[in-house]
Amino acid sequence: MHELSIAMKVIDEVAKHVAAAGGGRVLAITLRIGRFSCVQEGALRSSFALASAGTEMSGARLEIIDVPVRIWCPACEAERELPGAQSLACPECGRVSGDIRAGRELDLESIELEPLPPPSIEQTSTERIASE
Amino acid sequence: MSQPRILEVRTKILKVNDETARAMRHRFVEAGVLVVNVVSSPGSGKTALLEETLTRLKARGMSVAAIVGDLETDNDARRLARSGVPVRQIETHGLCHLEAAMVEERLAGWDLAAIEILFIENVGNLVCPTSWDLGEHLRVALLSVTEGEDKPLKYPGLFNTSDLAVITKVDLAAAVEFDRTLALANIEQVRPGMPVLEVATKNGAGVDAWIEALLARRVTLLKSR
Repeated sequence: MHELSIAMKVIDEVAKHVAAAGGGRVLAITLRIGRFSCVQEGALRSSFALASAGTEMSGARLEIIDVPVRIWCPACEAERELPGAQSLACPECGRVSGDIRAGRELDLESIELEPLPPPSIEQTSTERIASE
Repeated sequence: MSQPRILEVRTKILKVNDETARAMRHRFVEAGVLVVNVVSSPGSGKTALLEETLTRLKARGMSVAAIVGDLETDNDARRLARSGVPVRQIETHGLCHLEAAMVEERLAGWDLAAIEILFIENVGNLVCPTSWDLGEHLRVALLSVTEGEDKPLKYPGLFNTSDLAVITKVDLAAAVEFDRTLALANIEQVRPGMPVLEVATKNGAGVDAWIEALLARRVTLLKSR
């Protein structure tokens, strides 16, 4: 169950970026998870829900982009998407290739924060006066 | 009207671990210490092979040390300490893998320049240690004949990130009807070209070749400096 550790690293990274952006509640977090990364999506979701409780990202939507494994097949001279992660054999010709082009991702893509609070009423009236 | 703010961060989730590991690897190279991360499922013979390895390397006058990760007990660390070399324990208290920062913490006070090979015995697990770089130069995946030939296919991530596979307990191969050809083919499926060694720690078969492979790797490391 290393998904809990991964979820905690997600929370640490997100917290850093949110603080740098001036804070705010997190609405959504987008991750890219390769099928070769040994992370189980359901376990990651429940781990995140547990570990984010009480933080600014509690209740945030976890968007997970599932990245299939892609290899470079030297026989076909082409990049091929694999149906799973049990074998690195080219689905077209059967040649096994260790040249993995995608599928190992464990990436934090983006963070959606709640909108900045609207300008205060005083500012709004000042702006209105100024425009009048 | 205010819009939600989108931060396009595009970063690795394990960025901090990767950075710590990279810095440690640099320290290890500077100090001339080869670091070997040994991974396998529980009961595949990591501790037995390492105890034998530490004993033999020490007998050859080499300076070796080990860090042992275990969930709760220090049984493995005590077994390795019988070899007479410095051994440190990381009790992970339920955590199924080691992380770079844990290893870094355990290095405190050790003169790395005085160590030639440092072994890290990871927690027995074929999934979780995969993504955690510990700053090693060599990741060794053990597969015992008693586990069955299909382990590489079930845990492709771990075998794929390894540099060397060691099939252990080969003295039991006949008894468990281990299909060696199939096992080698399965390793090839997930990590084409990876060297594979076969050992039986109990009777010493193949242990010399394993030791020689480690020494050769250390020579390569020293040349790379």
